[in-house]
Amino acid sequence: MILARIIGTVVATRKDPRLEGKKLLICRPVDPDGHDEKGYIVAVDTVDAGFREKVLVVQGSSARMAYGCKDTPVDAAIVGIVDSVAQD
Amino acid sequence: MYLGKVIGRVVCSIKDEALESKTLLLVKRLPDGPCVVAIDAVGAGASETVYVCRGREAAFAFKPDEVPTEATVVGIIDSLNRELQ
Repeated sequence: MILARIIGTVVATRKDPRLEGKKLLICRPVDPDGHDEKGYIVAVDTVDAGFREKVLVVQGSSARMAYGCKDTPVDAAIVGIVDSVAQD
Repeated sequence: MYLGKVIGRVVCSIKDEALESKTLLLVKRLPDGPCVVAIDAVGAGASETVYVCRGREAAFAFKPDEVPTEATVVGIIDSLNRELQ
């Protein structure tokens, strides 16, 4: 899983029927200090995350185990809203 | 699987049901790789060298529960022997 920040939303009218009702968000990976890294991920939201929130994104086939994503064509899901990151 | 060092913890109060009561660790891939958030399956602590299972198989550590994770700490390293640098 990686840390990411929500930077936008995606709207798609025509999509796989199994994705209907799911919110798609654009996430930018961040390092533990909160600095942006390159690239972006479009992820399905399962925890009602909002704009600019720091979240936990699970990628790959494991994303299908997120709540409500069983047997859906999903390879990135938001599974947590980060309260804090403590570094040793 | 790969080797990593525990460099911190992540706290989430709103999270997937299957992640409840699981410890989220910040693990840096050794020697100088990226940081990932991994679920702890063995009770690893700060600054410990661990090995991390990644991908679909990472969720197998918690069977029969289906946990949405692609990185799980599955071992704490006592020592390493290697010939090649």
